[in-house]
Amino acid sequence: MENENLIWIFISALLVNNFTLSYFLGLCPFLGVSARLETAFRLGLANIFVMIITAICSYALNTWVLPYAPYLRLISFIIVIASAVQFVEMAVKKLSPELFRALGIFLPLITTNCAILGLALFATNKGYGFVEGLVYALGAGGGVTLALVLLAGIREETRILNIPKLIEGTALNLIIAGILSMAFMGFAGLFSAG
Amino acid sequence: MNDKPRSTEEFLKGLWNENPVFVAVLGMCPALAVTNSAINALAMGLATTFVLVFSSLLVSLFRNIIPKQVRITAFIIIIATFVTVVDFLLAAITPVIHKELGAFIALIVVNCLILGRQEAFASKNKVGLALADGLGMSLGFTFALLCIGVIREVLGNGSLFNISLFGDNFEPWVIMILPPGGFFALGFLLLFFNWFIQRRKKQNETKTQEI
Amino acid sequence: MSEEKQYTDPAANFTDEKEPSSLKLIFALGIAGFLSGILLVSAYLYTLPMIEANKAAALQKAIFKVLPGCHSFQSLALIDGELMEESELGEVTGKQQKKGEAPKKIFAGFDDQGKFIGFAIPGSEPGFQDIIGAIYGYDATKNMIIGFEVLESKETPGLGDKIFKDPDFQSNFASLETEPDILAVKKGKKVNPNEVETITGATISSKAVVRLLNKSLKEWKLPVSEYLRKNNMDLTNNLKK
Repeated sequence: MENENLIWIFISALLVNNFTLSYFLGLCPFLGVSARLETAFRLGLANIFVMIITAICSYALNTWVLPYAPYLRLISFIIVIASAVQFVEMAVKKLSPELFRALGIFLPLITTNCAILGLALFATNKGYGFVEGLVYALGAGGGVTLALVLLAGIREETRILNIPKLIEGTALNLIIAGILSMAFMGFAGLFSAG
Repeated sequence: MNDKPRSTEEFLKGLWNENPVFVAVLGMCPALAVTNSAINALAMGLATTFVLVFSSLLVSLFRNIIPKQVRITAFIIIIATFVTVVDFLLAAITPVIHKELGAFIALIVVNCLILGRQEAFASKNKVGLALADGLGMSLGFTFALLCIGVIREVLGNGSLFNISLFGDNFEPWVIMILPPGGFFALGFLLLFFNWFIQRRKKQNETKTQEI
Repeated sequence: MSEEKQYTDPAANFTDEKEPSSLKLIFALGIAGFLSGILLVSAYLYTLPMIEANKAAALQKAIFKVLPGCHSFQSLALIDGELMEESELGEVTGKQQKKGEAPKKIFAGFDDQGKFIGFAIPGSEPGFQDIIGAIYGYDATKNMIIGFEVLESKETPGLGDKIFKDPDFQSNFASLETEPDILAVKKGKKVNPNEVETITGATISSKAVVRLLNKSLKEWKLPVSEYLRKNNMDLTNNLKK
């Protein structure tokens, strides 16, 4: 029963309610950094990384600070998450330079990304506990990565094609994203049928 | 004295030439997430206007006091404060809309448009200019949201501001009020804008050639 | 006070070219935080009563809808498997807060004579797209559901959202027996009083509603009947005072 719930949370965040394709969160990097497959993948990994930190931070804040000062929710989320990410970034730089080289340049980029804050807010609204929050973060991060990689893959293909100048750029990317989003709609109902 | 024409200029540029959504492609999350009906789009636009105008005002007022090293943090504190205020106000005044917009009101805080205007304009200009810029940009933003919202609601629900337009014979394109519809609506609007700008460029070129 | 301080500051700041000391940075951020704190708390205090009133009104509307004839209601909280009235809660909240979990709540509804009608019970369950949150009216003496209202859903417009827009589907819940478990059947195939006709094209959403009801009933039937047995007299008396 409990496990079933966790699987549902994970699948829901990963596919059915994909952060990028159905909540439109994290669109700036989605459209900006998705030109190359490898960059997109690494950005996605960095996203998962920051989201896990976010889940931990927001759980801590929700449990120990915010019951006493609900009006500080937004400010404390932003500031605590940003500082925690910076802190972890320093730690990673020391402990594992390789990992840092892979993710490093993206970390500051995504710290104040809407997907990160969105994760904290949604998890709070849904009243997730610690484990649920972590699973949710994993699912959401995985979903963002999936969307990024898919879009980047398609964009690499479009570069060889002959595309009218008018539609090139953001307009084309948005329409591709729309089609991807439509494809992801097919996942709805997964795990809730039966 | 010559402040006046300049502030009008700063005001107007946000509406059209530097429209934050159509030209600069900023603030996409709210532009797509909450525009499944015209009324939601309008509410989101107005909430953003409130935050942007007041943040610009404060940032511009205190632009000489805030040390450069901590300016981003200070901006974020200011913006987050106003977003929280707007969140409370909406919950108090229109609980229905507040529920529909949900967490996306709080997400105004990470709208790149707002932080971008503080960094690029309000922190470097006088209060009057900063206000004009903030007002213009946010009205341009509201206008863009409203465009997307109207298109999506008319096609996807056959209504406008909840008033049914076509009668029962219209089969709504449900896809337009679902997430993919947001991508499509903005994609095609950008396409239209590109076409419009290119056409004007060509017209200008032919004009200069004639001269 | 702090305002004045700020206006005298820029003079000192004119020689801003060199690095300001970190003390100054902390000072500036401190003032920003202080001002924002004042603004936030005042906005919070100003809007709190309105927000609370809105929430209470929405809750009341939902309860009155799922319990036909309901005139007033009382909140009950589930603590250690036992239902308690809000007025008794004071003594136990301390214990509860340590656990860090808000107790689950249901509502007992009464008509204008002060006669007990039934319970309004909130519940939630994953639907087609996302969690469906709903509240239903439960007549514990007859073991029947007497009303149902969706509070929160992101079901597909035009299909899944019929679970709260389609009057035919809603009419399933005017009097629905809950013993044995509620069953979902195709439209027009309802024969037994414990069956719900699903919506054509939105089977998954409809079944999610049925699952929500069954799961929630399983959880609440016992505490509810215990509470009734224990307090049957009190319930009617409570309203007279």
